[in-house]
Amino acid sequence: MTVRYIDTIRRRYEQLGYTPYRWYVADDAPPWQALDKPLAQARLGLLSTSGAYAVGQRAYHYKDDTSIRAIPSTTPPADIRFSHITENYLVDAKRDPETIFPLDTLRELREEGVIGALADDVYSCMGGVYSQRRVREEMAPAVLAACQQQNIDCALLVAM
Amino acid sequence: MCHQTVCLVARHLEAHGIPTLALGAARDILEAGRPPRAAFVDYPLGHTAGKPFDRADQRSVIAGALRGFETLREPGGVVVLPNQWGDDAWRTEATSTEARDTRQARDTTPQWQLAADREAARAAGIDV
Repeated sequence: MTVRYIDTIRRRYEQLGYTPYRWYVADDAPPWQALDKPLAQARLGLLSTSGAYAVGQRAYHYKDDTSIRAIPSTTPPADIRFSHITENYLVDAKRDPETIFPLDTLRELREEGVIGALADDVYSCMGGVYSQRRVREEMAPAVLAACQQQNIDCALLVAM
Repeated sequence: MCHQTVCLVARHLEAHGIPTLALGAARDILEAGRPPRAAFVDYPLGHTAGKPFDRADQRSVIAGALRGFETLREPGGVVVLPNQWGDDAWRTEATSTEARDTRQARDTTPQWQLAADREAARAAGIDV
């Protein structure tokens, strides 16, 4: 049975007396941009919301931190760390970052020709930002500007 | 919450000309946020890119998701990955409606995974 997170979380927090969170529910069709080449010729970007940072970078805050990190796509898994408001989901990722931050996996897929190329830098953020306004006005434009610098053809976004 | 953030960012990138694919493990949040393309893997949160220390599974999740760039033709399409976690014990915890809040305190300073990371950032010239 597929877990229904919105209902489950609402019922948990109701019992704690919290005001129900107003989840984003899209009321319009998503935008669409076709990928105009085969994946095997495309240069791929990556965004992970897991709060990943590389050794030598600043960790994330646990409160509405809308900043992003550019992580060189050559970074080995051993140099990937995490800080996230829901640390309880990161127990395995702290032992094997590839379970949430698939950089080595993407390098393998590039070597095999499944994807044409990988961006020089990939991106992370701490996705536990409760203000949808701040995601729209701060984080999303920052990710867009960063991706535009990478000359990517398409982007994989991995949610935690 | 991360799934909601991914939906909002995916829509922004796509609207500005970058094709996106949102890979997630919370199907209801993806369906509410309707990113342009999505892939769903029925794994516990925190394992969206595959089982820990199982490279074959990780490759299969990521390659299976990426195929969506070539197979999804309509906005809002979702690839449902066939990967199975195996043991369903995690669902009991994930669906428990017992009153609790597992989030960290809402700190306003960087929260390092390891104390040594702070020193590494300082050595790299970052003001910590």
